[in-house]
Amino acid sequence: MSYTGQQKNTIKDLLFKMADDQLILGHRNSEWTGIGPFIEEDIAFSSIAQDKIGQSLALYNILHEQLGEADPDTLGFARSEKEFKCCHLVEYPIGEYEFSLMRNFLFAHADYLRFEMLADSSFEPLAKVAKKFRGEIKYHVMHSDNWIKKLGTANDESHSRMQSALNETFNLALGIFEPSEFENELIEMKIFAGEESLKSKWLETIKPILEEASLKLSDEKDWKPSFGGRKGSHTEYLQPLLNEMGEVFRIDAKAEW
Amino acid sequence: MNSFDPRINRVKLPALEEFKPLEPLQEWETYEVFHQKKRGDQHIHVGIVHAPDNDTALMFAKESFGRRRQTANLWVVKSRDVVPTDYDDQDIFETTPEKTYREASDYYCMDRIRKYQQEHGIVDRKELRRKEKEKASKK
Repeated sequence: MSYTGQQKNTIKDLLFKMADDQLILGHRNSEWTGIGPFIEEDIAFSSIAQDKIGQSLALYNILHEQLGEADPDTLGFARSEKEFKCCHLVEYPIGEYEFSLMRNFLFAHADYLRFEMLADSSFEPLAKVAKKFRGEIKYHVMHSDNWIKKLGTANDESHSRMQSALNETFNLALGIFEPSEFENELIEMKIFAGEESLKSKWLETIKPILEEASLKLSDEKDWKPSFGGRKGSHTEYLQPLLNEMGEVFRIDAKAEW
Repeated sequence: MNSFDPRINRVKLPALEEFKPLEPLQEWETYEVFHQKKRGDQHIHVGIVHAPDNDTALMFAKESFGRRRQTANLWVVKSRDVVPTDYDDQDIFETTPEKTYREASDYYCMDRIRKYQQEHGIVDRKELRRKEKEKASKK
């Protein structure tokens, strides 16, 4: 299928925000490698982090091979902060473990639903990877749900820590669904059914799980989505992360390891 | 704690002496993990995980033992539910070397089976398949 220049920009915008989310969250989650709460969880969470990096690579590859963008390494390591389209949720430092778990829970469900929707995308390369990611993200969801339910109800301390983690992350998570300027085009072109539709599916999915975990969402009137990330306006935490992530690349762009 | 790894420094771990050792009952259950490569194959023991409950044990088993090999299914079983023999009784497994007649390899019976099949006009399907394969490969 051939697209006009404007249509290509529409698709690129969608791919960049997804790929950047995966890359930055993958990097953040990988910061737990070696210092996870215990060995089996360390392995599981590191593996989830690796999956995210792999998913970002697949999306950058589409941008490179189908839409004429630079190669994945350059896209991942050499763009400026302003050019990144990730949401604020993925940028925050890892915090205490409950923060990272809650972030991963909120993100994984949005991720699973997003790729489920994209499996029917009219943009075939995207539909193909969306189907490929399904199994990986299904495990991320199982992993998160298990911990959220267990720790939400284990004892007073675990419950209150999970509740504050939810309070801290929820507005950030709403930022996942920041509408782009191309929502209508994406829907018309049948590439993606839109952030608003994803958000309502997501709320429907997470509410019963949070309820089972005895965790409470704030009133909808108090929700303040953390927007800006999709337009290149980021939290103070992204730039230092990009500096660290691109360090080797900036010294030697052709380095192999 | 000061480390060469910036991630370690960022989490601001307390100094080592502040860590309290675990009480015995704070430790989790050990689960034995069994891995099945394909449906219908036997589950083979591959190792252990520590977990607070069954679901979590499966969740860990998947990443620790299912991620780098083809996997159809995993089992986890609480280690304390396994009934072992006693190492003191290991000698029960020692057999006298002269008793080869007890082992299947010591029986030679195929020639007698073939003779019986020929006499009674019984077609050996395995043999037939083998011959068909041979024919096919010659073509």
